[in-house]
Amino acid sequence: MNKENKEEPKKEMAQKEKQENKEFKSEGKLLVKNKSIVVPGQVLAEGFDYLPSYGTYRKEDKIIANKLGLISMEGKVLKSIAMAGRYHPKRYDVIIGRVIDITMTSWRLGINSAYTAMLNSKEAGGNGRGYNSYPQKGNLSKTYKLNDYVFCKVTGVSDMNLVDVTTQGPGLRKLFSGRIIHVNTHKVPRIIGKKGSMVNMIKQATGCKMIVGQNGIVWLQCEPKVEAIAVDAIRKIENESHIPGLTDRIKEFLEKKTGKKIEEFTNEAPKDEENRGN
Amino acid sequence: MTYKKRLDGRKMNETRPIEAKAGVIKKADGSAYFKIGKTWAYAAVYGPKELHPRFLQNPNTGIIRFSYIMMPFSGMGERIRPGPNRRAKEISMVSQKAITPVVNLEDYPNTVVDIVVELPQADAGSRCAGICAASIALADAGIPMKDMVASVAAGVVDNTVCLDLSYAEEAYPQFAKEKVDSEHVSDIPISCIPSTGEITHIQMDGIMKKEQMAEAIKLATEKCKEIAEIQRQAVKDRYNNKGGI
Repeated sequence: MNKENKEEPKKEMAQKEKQENKEFKSEGKLLVKNKSIVVPGQVLAEGFDYLPSYGTYRKEDKIIANKLGLISMEGKVLKSIAMAGRYHPKRYDVIIGRVIDITMTSWRLGINSAYTAMLNSKEAGGNGRGYNSYPQKGNLSKTYKLNDYVFCKVTGVSDMNLVDVTTQGPGLRKLFSGRIIHVNTHKVPRIIGKKGSMVNMIKQATGCKMIVGQNGIVWLQCEPKVEAIAVDAIRKIENESHIPGLTDRIKEFLEKKTGKKIEEFTNEAPKDEENRGN
Repeated sequence: MTYKKRLDGRKMNETRPIEAKAGVIKKADGSAYFKIGKTWAYAAVYGPKELHPRFLQNPNTGIIRFSYIMMPFSGMGERIRPGPNRRAKEISMVSQKAITPVVNLEDYPNTVVDIVVELPQADAGSRCAGICAASIALADAGIPMKDMVASVAAGVVDNTVCLDLSYAEEAYPQFAKEKVDSEHVSDIPISCIPSTGEITHIQMDGIMKKEQMAEAIKLATEKCKEIAEIQRQAVKDRYNNKGGI
């Protein structure tokens, strides 16, 4: 008798648990496809089976997008990858900045972000024109003048969004001559490609020197004839990066414009100086 | 006679034809137009960027600055003097307050997002069109926001509640073909967050009964949900049709 009494409540408990589980599982419902474009306010999923991550939030039992982006699912986690917006500085990013102000001991750089970056005179790697180009006290504009473009690396981003950069390091320098273009920050990984494949293809086809900053500022130095082709190629990548088959299209575009065939290239970066840091 | 048939033949709960498009201004971070009938609003968003003068900065969050401008020959009457006047300043302020509740700028302390709305032509309901255009432009600029803000006006013309009044309806006694019962025309522009039904902005111009007001608010908030869908589609279409501009 005692045994039965003990077992009965256990059975009941187990049944209850099963029921609860069933109800819980039937709730989850996904309303978007993977890799689709979502906009703020769009309901992505209902129920508690899915988890919100970057660019999404939970409201009661719904997961809603709060940014324009491409949806990316990792298991049950819903994340939206941003497609527009300003650059967020991150440590170790290599970026291109423009000198907008010179203080007693530092340069302030505009970096296409909501905040400006500080380049301390101790972090300056010279302007690439000899020993005397290193900053001396009170004479910072001998190294970098106002409106100079500098290829630099982010050394730290504080909680209050103070961004520190350096120009000491391989490949980091002041940018002479050439042309600067601005692209969407979020398309930079596509312009660079896997291990720099895309940017190397453009370099190979046009013979340009090119630096792509993570902040969406691109520096080009080309022969005048091919400059327009390189810029067009970058714009094409920017506009069509979300449509599959990008590499082939860009290859075709470059071959057509330059009239030269692009050989099977390797992903190894050419050995010139401009590629370091990318 | 009560107002049974509308001047342009619409139903009472029908808006004028809406057209919206994102990404129309090249140099802006985000942009859009929103056209409702003959009222056209173009919006451009710049930022987030550092805010000057510094005493306006908020270390907790970024802020929104809204500028509503009617272009010189956009009105029905004489040339409008360009630049902010008393009316434009007020509308800029209410529009900014209508947009602010949905925007999350906590990640961007001490910054500002500038919204500029210009109206090349206006035929009543311009602040609503401006707010709709601004929220498409904000989404297009990739600014984090809970939801779109949709906005539409509802009003009473000759004792009949109707949606999205045109200029001719706002001045109904002047344009009426029949004798009017009531000289009063009133108008309530409403902005709301469609997902929660919260109202972020409401104004009233004129006199109306309690029941009429309840009906007008109900009509407008329901319509806002449909408008929000048009706004979201506008942002998506920019990417479906090979890159906007």
